[in-house]
Amino acid sequence: MNWIDIGHIDDIPERGARLVKTRAGCVAVFRTGADEVFAASDSCPHKGGPLSEGIVHGRHVTCPLHNWVFSLETGEAQGADEGRIATYPIRVEEGRLLLDAAELAARSAA
Amino acid sequence: MTQKLVVIGAGMASGRMLEHLFDADPDAYDVTLFNAEPRGNYNRLMLSPVLSGDKTYDEIVTHDADWYAANGVTCRFGERVVEIDRARKVVVGEQGEVPYDKLVLGTGSNPFMIPLPGHDLEGVIPYRDLEDTQAMMGLGDTPGARAVVIGGGLLGLEAAAGMAARGIDVAVVHIMGHLMERQLDEAAGYLLRKSLADKGITVMCQANSKEIVGENGRVKALRLDDGTELPCDLLVMAVGIRPNIKLAETAGLATGKGIHVDDRMITSDADVLALGECVEHRGAIFGLVAPLYDQAKVLASTLLGEEAAFVNKEVSTKLKVTGCDLFSAGDFAEGEGREDIVFRDPARGVYKRLVLQDNRIVGAVMYGDTADGAWFYNHIKEGTDVADMRDTLIFGPAFQGGGTADPLAAVAALPDDAEICGCNGVCKGTIVEAIEGGAVDLGAVRATTKASNSCGTCTGLVEQVLAVTLGDDFAMPAAQPVCGCTDLTHEDVRRLIKSQELKSQPAVWQELGWKTPNGCHVCRPAVNFYLLADWPLDYMDDPQSRFVNERNHANIQKDGTYSVMPRMWGGMTDAAELRAIADAADKYGAAVKVTGGQRIDLLGVQKEDLPDIWRDLNAAGMVSGHAYSKGLRTVKTCVGKDWCRFGTQDSTGLGIRLEKLLWGSWTPHKVKLGVSGCPRNCAEATCKDVGVVCVDSGYQVSVAGAAGMEVKETEPLVNVTTEDEVVEWVTAFIQLYREQAKYLDRPYKWVAKVGLDWVQETLGDRAERAALVERFEISQSVYRTDPWAAEVAKSERYAPLANLMLEAAE
Repeated sequence: MNWIDIGHIDDIPERGARLVKTRAGCVAVFRTGADEVFAASDSCPHKGGPLSEGIVHGRHVTCPLHNWVFSLETGEAQGADEGRIATYPIRVEEGRLLLDAAELAARSAA
Repeated sequence: MTQKLVVIGAGMASGRMLEHLFDADPDAYDVTLFNAEPRGNYNRLMLSPVLSGDKTYDEIVTHDADWYAANGVTCRFGERVVEIDRARKVVVGEQGEVPYDKLVLGTGSNPFMIPLPGHDLEGVIPYRDLEDTQAMMGLGDTPGARAVVIGGGLLGLEAAAGMAARGIDVAVVHIMGHLMERQLDEAAGYLLRKSLADKGITVMCQANSKEIVGENGRVKALRLDDGTELPCDLLVMAVGIRPNIKLAETAGLATGKGIHVDDRMITSDADVLALGECVEHRGAIFGLVAPLYDQAKVLASTLLGEEAAFVNKEVSTKLKVTGCDLFSAGDFAEGEGREDIVFRDPARGVYKRLVLQDNRIVGAVMYGDTADGAWFYNHIKEGTDVADMRDTLIFGPAFQGGGTADPLAAVAALPDDAEICGCNGVCKGTIVEAIEGGAVDLGAVRATTKASNSCGTCTGLVEQVLAVTLGDDFAMPAAQPVCGCTDLTHEDVRRLIKSQELKSQPAVWQELGWKTPNGCHVCRPAVNFYLLADWPLDYMDDPQSRFVNERNHANIQKDGTYSVMPRMWGGMTDAAELRAIADAADKYGAAVKVTGGQRIDLLGVQKEDLPDIWRDLNAAGMVSGHAYSKGLRTVKTCVGKDWCRFGTQDSTGLGIRLEKLLWGSWTPHKVKLGVSGCPRNCAEATCKDVGVVCVDSGYQVSVAGAAGMEVKETEPLVNVTTEDEVVEWVTAFIQLYREQAKYLDRPYKWVAKVGLDWVQETLGDRAERAALVERFEISQSVYRTDPWAAEVAKSERYAPLANLMLEAAE
């Protein structure tokens, strides 16, 4: 584990997302209406749509290009679509967002 | 021999602990009690009823001088503890030392004061103790007194309601999107806000405090970061608490967020124990009273050498504000494998939501009717399997074990004179008569009786009357709902937003019985548009309910880059603008495309460059072309009579005038206009949403054309003789479309639904036309601005949150 401080929860709009650039590719960090935070791959497995630009509803995000819906918890596509996005460990401590860099590095090496 | 026990802090937890201790063994310890406040133990939770005048201080004292005397407690009230000397086992007070065998720390917590400029002014207080309460009560004696409360949590709202009850003009400033966000979801937060507003309390959410303004060393006002100034005579900060660990830290005890304790409430020193808001137990700190009382019990047992262990259980919350009935317990966030049962009764302002996981209730939020709160809370604590009672669970204990309720039976049981439609005063008998007379569907009942013909809330009831009367002959109409979040159609939602004056998204979700907590990607953009179109001055546009292009004010391309298109009024440009566009294309590596809408598109711009390119284009006098919006796109023109030998009128000038009037407005779908200077129609006006063709005698205005997946010629709306009339008719048509159409219907689809005759008839009424123009202007007072200029100020939003590319690989 190697937790890296990537910013404050208030840097992300409620029901929105921001991008983190990493060696393993772009990671989207989502904030739900209930102030929960999730980290997942920014790229939709369908046509590579940037998920950080999607509409966040409940614990889901809708891809801005073709409306695939993903669970932010499991990364699984919902409904009839099949696919999944990588999810990454993230936690919030006193409002600071901590992303596990070791996990990111492991994924990029794999 | 009796041991010596010293207790620091006479709070609710330590008071309860002493009760347990004396009950079990009154002679075990010789107790000395320190308290920095010059009084003994009172029920801090009841300060709010004291503030509102429902109770007096004497009524909330839990232990008085007689009680301390009877139990042989040596009281050192009003005396601060200077330090703890653990080596010598003595507590050093301001008035001298006291030795101990066992020491209990109950130092509580300190209110957190936001270090805003001016936070040290006189009249800026927390809400923590009797002195603070008295300061607020004292303000009530001054006529016209005003107070501001920062913090819309439990404590802040109790302070606000208490002061409002004393006639003080109170405003609550809350940084989050809805009140009590830790305990409530958005829907319950919305209802709470509504009832506080009814008490005359101003509530401002998503409001950032910037500084406290003073005069002669005393608070005068709170200034927000948007420049709003809230004048006040008293400012109460109720934004949270921090465990008070200073004494423990200085004494060298293990601390984190609070004083570390184990399950027996023992600190890192075996003779020092701690409890209450100052402790940290397995990473958790405490602010509500229930776990503190559990700790008191455990700590007393530990002191007596008995085995006991503290377990942190689910807690429930109730707000002590008269008339705001709310209850919250457990965990009510959404999640995989979690299911919601939601009950809403908009007319009574009731909202209940249960969160289930594996057939067990894990969370409950209730507003308006909390009678069953304790029952649900019990099931959360017990982890009861609720599979068998799931159908009626939300109705509470009174409905368990009974048969399933049949809504049709309830309607069948209604007497003939029961009123079904309140707007038009139609009772059940009249409807049944109409049905028996041949009105066998909703439309026919509406036409013959007027029932459900106004606000529409009784539509479901009318359908049930149809079902009961017709039996199997009745087929429920399959109207297309907006999405899975609601059974209502777009038309229903629009009508109800207007008739019930719903002015926020949580209001729509609650009053119209949404089945999801905050909608989905289908309904959110639609509801966002309906709200801003109907209530331009009350509703604030929500970027998080917009699709990517409208949120980023540019069009996303398949590779994730964006296209940027500045406005060219009526298709006119000049050398300076073209130079600025060329420079921008060079600087940001953009491809350049001339569009069909008579302007220039810059393709392939990176997201983080958007604010920079906008700034450059703004500097050259250009604004957003809204090429991305469900709103006014372009007004295509020909050169007109200034240049063209066939031109009959100034088509370019009219196009520019229309574009300058209409730009920035949001519409159900995109809107394109064309103005041609003669019937040769070089601007292709007759396949636009609105087309104007100039002729010698004036102007032909036509509408509802299309040149996309469908190609359709416009239909004539009106012929007029002056430019002013063109402008008035076009504006009124656009506003009617904005107010009536379904989201994502282009004008030609909408006109096909309502009929051109109806549109002509409505706009033909001079007064109606003027009213539509006026409402459009009110909306444009908010939206006729350049979003690019506004976004440049928020440019950090367009950059990545963090860049970890340079982090060393493991």
